[in-house]
Amino acid sequence: MNTDWFVVLSALLFSTGAFGILLRRSPMVILLCLELMLNAGNLALVAFSRMVGNGQGQVFAVIVMVVAACEVVVGLGLIVAIFRRRLPLNVDDLRELRG
Amino acid sequence: MSATAWAWLVLLFPLLGSITIALGFRALPQKLAGVIGTVSIGLAFACGVAALIGLLGEDPEARHHASSLWDYASVAGLDIKLGIYLDQLSLFMVLVVTGVSTLIHLYSYGYMQSDQGYHRFFSYLNFFVFSMLLLVLAGNFVLLIVGWAFVGFASYALISFWYRRETATRAGMKAFVINVVGDIGLVLAAFLIFRELGSFDYGTVFEKAPAVFSTNEWTVTAICLLLLVGAFAKSAQLPLHTWLPDAMEGPTPVSSLIHAATMVTAGVYLIARTHVLFALAPTAADISAFIGLATLLVAATIALVMTDLKRAIAYSTMSQIGYMVVGVSIGAYSAGMFHLMTHAFFKALLFMAAGSIIAAMANEQNIDRMSGFGKAMRFTSVTMLCGGLALAAFPLTSGFFSKDEILAYAGARGGMYLIFVVLGYFGAFLTAIYTFRLIFRVLQGEPCAEARELIETGHIHHAHPFNPATGEQEDTDVGFPGPEHHIAESSAPMRVAMAVLAFGALFGGLIQVPGIDNVVADWLDPVFTGPVLAHVHPSIAWDWIGLAIGGAISLLGIWAAHWLYVANPDAPRRLEARFRGLHAFLFRKWYFDEAIDVLVVRPALAVGRFSNRVFERFVVDGLVSGTEGGVRGASGVVRAVQNGFVRSYALLLIAGFAGLALYFLLSSS
Repeated sequence: MNTDWFVVLSALLFSTGAFGILLRRSPMVILLCLELMLNAGNLALVAFSRMVGNGQGQVFAVIVMVVAACEVVVGLGLIVAIFRRRLPLNVDDLRELRG
Repeated sequence: MSATAWAWLVLLFPLLGSITIALGFRALPQKLAGVIGTVSIGLAFACGVAALIGLLGEDPEARHHASSLWDYASVAGLDIKLGIYLDQLSLFMVLVVTGVSTLIHLYSYGYMQSDQGYHRFFSYLNFFVFSMLLLVLAGNFVLLIVGWAFVGFASYALISFWYRRETATRAGMKAFVINVVGDIGLVLAAFLIFRELGSFDYGTVFEKAPAVFSTNEWTVTAICLLLLVGAFAKSAQLPLHTWLPDAMEGPTPVSSLIHAATMVTAGVYLIARTHVLFALAPTAADISAFIGLATLLVAATIALVMTDLKRAIAYSTMSQIGYMVVGVSIGAYSAGMFHLMTHAFFKALLFMAAGSIIAAMANEQNIDRMSGFGKAMRFTSVTMLCGGLALAAFPLTSGFFSKDEILAYAGARGGMYLIFVVLGYFGAFLTAIYTFRLIFRVLQGEPCAEARELIETGHIHHAHPFNPATGEQEDTDVGFPGPEHHIAESSAPMRVAMAVLAFGALFGGLIQVPGIDNVVADWLDPVFTGPVLAHVHPSIAWDWIGLAIGGAISLLGIWAAHWLYVANPDAPRRLEARFRGLHAFLFRKWYFDEAIDVLVVRPALAVGRFSNRVFERFVVDGLVSGTEGGVRGASGVVRAVQNGFVRSYALLLIAGFAGLALYFLLSSS
C-alpha cells in the first residue's frame, strides 16, 4: 500500500484533533483531542518507518505513547481536581491566569 | 611597660567604661554606673601619669614615639596605621583632659543623681573622653579625623541629652551641623596634604613638609586655612561660634567638660600639632591670630551684657580660647598650651559653681533673678570666687601668669604684633568686668526667694520646673531636676571635685612663673623647635612688666565691676538706657545668628524649596513617571495576549507552528 494514504489519514486525524481543541470547551474532550493528535503523529511515524524499512520510527511511536500515558495521568488528575472543587468543567470559565 | 603601652591603656579604659555602662544599663545599679564611669577616667589619668614617668626617663629630644596596633588601610601607596603618636604635646593634652574629666565625672556623680538618664549620661561622657583622647593621641590625620568626628557626635548627644526638650535638641543639631562644616575643612586639608606629601602620617608629613613647600606657597596656605576651618568650628571662633552658647542647653557638667575644659580646645591643639605647616604659612597663621583676637574681643563684649549665667560663661570661654588661638598662632605655643591648662581648671570650676546655683534655682539661668547666694551657698560661692579671680587674672592666680605670657610673647615679636598686646590687655579688662559682674550679681545683694529659703530651711522644695526659653513644662522622666530635687552643693563628690579645681585655679599658675620656674615650657619646647620663631623670647624683665600691667588691669576691671554692680546698682540700667543701640547690638550677640540665618540658612532653605517644588516635581518626577508610563503601556500590549483562554493559547500555538512549517516549506522549495 502506498505510504501517501497513511499520511493523509494521519493529517486528517491531526486536523480533527486540532480543531477539536480549538472548538470544544470541555476539558475532557480537549484531552481526548490531544490524544487524537498524538496518535495521528504515531501513525505517520509508523508509516514512514515502514517506508524507510527500519524500526526507528516505531521506537519513537512507543516513546510517544509513554508520553501520552503520562500526560493523560496529569490531565485526568487535573480534571478530577476541578470536578471535586465544584468548578465549572469549561475551559473558558477557568481563566484566572489572565494577565 | 613602655610609655606607648600606657598610652594605649589611656585609650582603652574610657572605651571600656562607655561600653560596659551602655550594655549593662539595666543590670547595673545607678551608683555603680557612676562609679565605673568615674573610675575608668581616673584609671586613664593614672595611665597618663605612668606614661609621663616613662617619658621623663628619656632624653628630652627623644621623647616622641609612634606606635601602631594594626594597618587600617594599606593599598596602592596608601599606608594608614591605627597608630598613636605620643610626645610631650599629646601627653600634656592627655593629662589635662583626663585630669579635668575625672573631676567632672566626680561632680556629675553627685549632680546627676536625680536624673533618670544617669547610665546614659555616664556612657556618653566616657565615650566623649575616649573620642577626645583618640583625637589627641592620633598618630595620623585619618585617625585624627575619626576622633574629631566622634567628639562632634559626643557633643551632639550630650547637648541634646534632655531629648524631650525642644530647645536642647535644636541646639544639639546646630552644634552638629557647624561641627560638620569644620570636619569638611579638616578632611579637605588632609586630602591636600596627602596629594602634596603622599602620606597621612604625622612623622612623615612634618618631616617632608619643609622640603616640599616653600614659605607661603599657596598649597601650604590652603592646607593651613582648611585646617583652621576645622579648628575654628571646634573651638568656637568667629564666625563658626554660634553653636557654643546654644550648647548650654545641655546639663551643666557637659558644659563644664566639653564646652569649657576639653572639646573646644581641640582646635588649639590642632594648630599646635601642625605648627610645622603653620611655620611655613605665616599668612595663614596671622589670619588665625587676628580671628582669635576678634573672637576674644567680640565674645568679651557679649559676655558683658548676657543675662543667662551659663551663656555668659560660655562667651567667656570663647574669649579665652581666642587668647589661646592668638598664642599658638603667633608662635607662643607653650604659653597657649599653658593657658589651655589653667583655663581648663578655672572654667570647669566656674561651670560647676554655676551648675550648683542653677540647680538651686530649679534650672533658672537668668542672673536678673539671682542674688544673695553668697550667704546661702558658702562653699559654692567661695569656689566660684576662686574661679572668677583666676579668670579675671587676679595677681598670682593661674590665669594671671598664663594670659600674660601670651601677651608678653606677642610684645617680644614686636611690630604688627603689638596690636595683640594692646587689644589683649583691653580684652583682659573686659574679662575682669564681666567675670565680677556675674559674681557680684549672683553672690551679692539681698537674697532672692530661693536663696532665702536655703538660708532659712537648708533645702528647697520645687514644683515642676519650666523651660525658661519656651515656657513648656520640663519632662522630668528624662531630665534633671526631677521632683525629688536636692541642693547640689550638699553632695561630697561634688565638693571634692570643686575643691581640687579651686586649688588648681588658684595655684596652677605657679608652675610657670617668669624667672623662677618654667615647667610647662621646658616640657613642651622640644616639640616646637621650629626654625622660624625659636629665637623669640621675651626677657624676664618684660615678662614682669607685662604681669604688673596685667595685674593692674585686672584690679581696675574688678574695681569697675564693683563700682557698677555694687556701689551704684542703678548705674548699669542708666548706661543701658543711655546706649540703647549698643546694648541691643551686644545683647543680640552682634547679630551673628541673624547674619548666618540670612546669609546661609535662608538661601539653603530657598534652594531646598526650589528643588522640591521645581526640580523634584518636574525633572525627577517626570523622569520617574515617564519611565513608569512607558513600561506600563508596553506591558499593556503584551499582557493582552495572556487572556486566560486556554483555547486561544492553543490557537496561537498551532498558528505559530503552522506558520513555521509554511516558512520552511516555502524556503526549502
